[in-house]
Amino acid sequence: MTLVTARQLNKTYLSGEIPVHAIVDADFTIASASFVSFVGPSGSGKSTLLNMIGCLDPPSSGSLEVAGQDLTTLGSREAARFRGKQIGFIFQDFNLIPVLTVFENIEYPLQMVQNWPRAERRQQVEALLAAVDMADQAGKFPHQISGGQKQRVAIARALVSRPQLVLADEPTANLDRETALKIITLMKSMRDDSGTSFIFSTHDPKIVDNAETIYTLEDGRVKTAHREAKDA
Amino acid sequence: MRNIIKIATRNLLRYRRRTILTSILITLGVVAVLLFISVSGSFKSMMISQITDSMIGHLQIHRQGYLASMDSLPLNRNLKPGQLARVEQALKKLPEVAAFSPRIKLGAMFSNYAETTNIRLNGVDPEREAATVPMLMKRIIAGQGEGLLAAGEILVPELIARGMKVKVGDGIVLVATNRDGSVNGQAFTVRGILEGISGPGGRDGFIHLNDARSLLRLQDMEVSEIAVRLHSMAQLEAVTQQLRSTLGSQRNQQDQPLFAVHTWEKLTPFFNIARMIDLMTLFIKIMLVAIVLVSIMNVMVMAVYERINEIGTIAAIGTSPARILWLFLCEGLLLGLLGTTIGVVVSLLSIRGMAAAELSFDFGRQKGLLLQPSIALSDIVTVSLIVIAIAVIGSLQPAIKASRMDPITALRHV
Repeated sequence: MTLVTARQLNKTYLSGEIPVHAIVDADFTIASASFVSFVGPSGSGKSTLLNMIGCLDPPSSGSLEVAGQDLTTLGSREAARFRGKQIGFIFQDFNLIPVLTVFENIEYPLQMVQNWPRAERRQQVEALLAAVDMADQAGKFPHQISGGQKQRVAIARALVSRPQLVLADEPTANLDRETALKIITLMKSMRDDSGTSFIFSTHDPKIVDNAETIYTLEDGRVKTAHREAKDA
Repeated sequence: MRNIIKIATRNLLRYRRRTILTSILITLGVVAVLLFISVSGSFKSMMISQITDSMIGHLQIHRQGYLASMDSLPLNRNLKPGQLARVEQALKKLPEVAAFSPRIKLGAMFSNYAETTNIRLNGVDPEREAATVPMLMKRIIAGQGEGLLAAGEILVPELIARGMKVKVGDGIVLVATNRDGSVNGQAFTVRGILEGISGPGGRDGFIHLNDARSLLRLQDMEVSEIAVRLHSMAQLEAVTQQLRSTLGSQRNQQDQPLFAVHTWEKLTPFFNIARMIDLMTLFIKIMLVAIVLVSIMNVMVMAVYERINEIGTIAAIGTSPARILWLFLCEGLLLGLLGTTIGVVVSLLSIRGMAAAELSFDFGRQKGLLLQPSIALSDIVTVSLIVIAIAVIGSLQPAIKASRMDPITALRHV
């Protein structure tokens, strides 16, 4: 089943008065429950593409459909609602909320975005905490845990509302090799358990090696390279 | 909402020093305003009671037009016996009225048998006058005794007593012109010397009502005015309205109202001073608003600027702009609440401390007036609501900015 469909997708923005074509005529599809990586040098358009798929940045032209929703027609409020329901985000710098505990950070999307009942929230957060092996750190604040643990919390937060898609922008960039490998393994097993698709933008060969589908970007143009994933 | 409050509280605790400094600023503003209101209010109510309790009464009833020509003390605008009876009847029906005193006001020549001067006099029923203006007795600086005065006695204002060199027990003569233009004289004994006070009637002398009638050769029981004392000043407006309504049906031949009811505010220029105090209080409140507005806006602008990346994160994961707005408004609200609560507590303790210290001050010729600062609950509530509302308003612009932030721009912010 297709989760993301992009047709003749373009993104142009102005740098001063000069138009910059960040994405040019991108055509691709991404299936459900897939593990996809967009790779390319800095400035190739990876983050721009992820932002468009994540409903954070509207395309300049073309069509982009995610989970059956045409993203070109959404206003900012609808876009926020769609993101809250269908998309999880994992950031390079983890972006946990510093005044919330590990438990509360994971709980945040359920409480502040989706208004889940308290008992269901607790059950879901506890399940995710156990899945990312952070149950014993639930009461700690972000500054009290390591980078790898923060990224585990970020993964749990991205998955807590059961989205169809998780977008991860350089999720291992700030982690050491061993931790990065653990995080990749975790994300893959989470994909296997939940059926959620993971889309990465990355330079990291460890992620690239584990991706089932790789899209290479060069000067905003998407090139496809299919490959069999190896076990992380 | 509980989660929003929790996050807002933790964010305030996160920047503890800034939160404390801003709260102190708001606290100082609240304390300054509440102390000013309590002290100026104490001064104002003391001055009002000095004037109403020692001369004017809380309100007065005259025949229509008397007040406009009061300087010449006209006898032809007195209340006639029938009119007086109607007013007395109306007053007796009101439970809010504590006492009332009919007065004949007149001008006369005051002679010590060697020199003569002008004097303004009030002919009063001593018992009713003492009940209506209880502080009048305290103004007698020489010759205190049983009751205010008796028939044949006069309370002489201090300035005239000094100028005419009369003392308690001396004999004097009053000469007055009656309504028909004929002159009459009558001998009196100086019963006491009366301290002068600021305001209308503050330098008048007093004689017995019956003496005033005989001096003016008034055949009937007619009076110039009726001074009224209420059980509580808070009832003034309601009683005035009721009297105006009751007495308003009485019309003269020109179909004009026969009676005029005036509150103390219309009878003394001190009301303007009281209004100036109120105006000063208003300006102090405006300064408080400015302090709170500037400090809260400053803090909240900083809060938004420092948390741009966080705003981007919560926006990206789907937090609605309205929730982001509330997060920041709630921080401003909590800052306002914190500063206001501490400010109110400090103010109440300070007011209690000042009251316990029994501070005194002089006002004109009145020495050693005791400052009794107090504050009404309504003033505390009003000031608190103003501060809290301004704290929220001050947070509004930064909160709107945060809620409208583009998630991508915010996430890229370093």
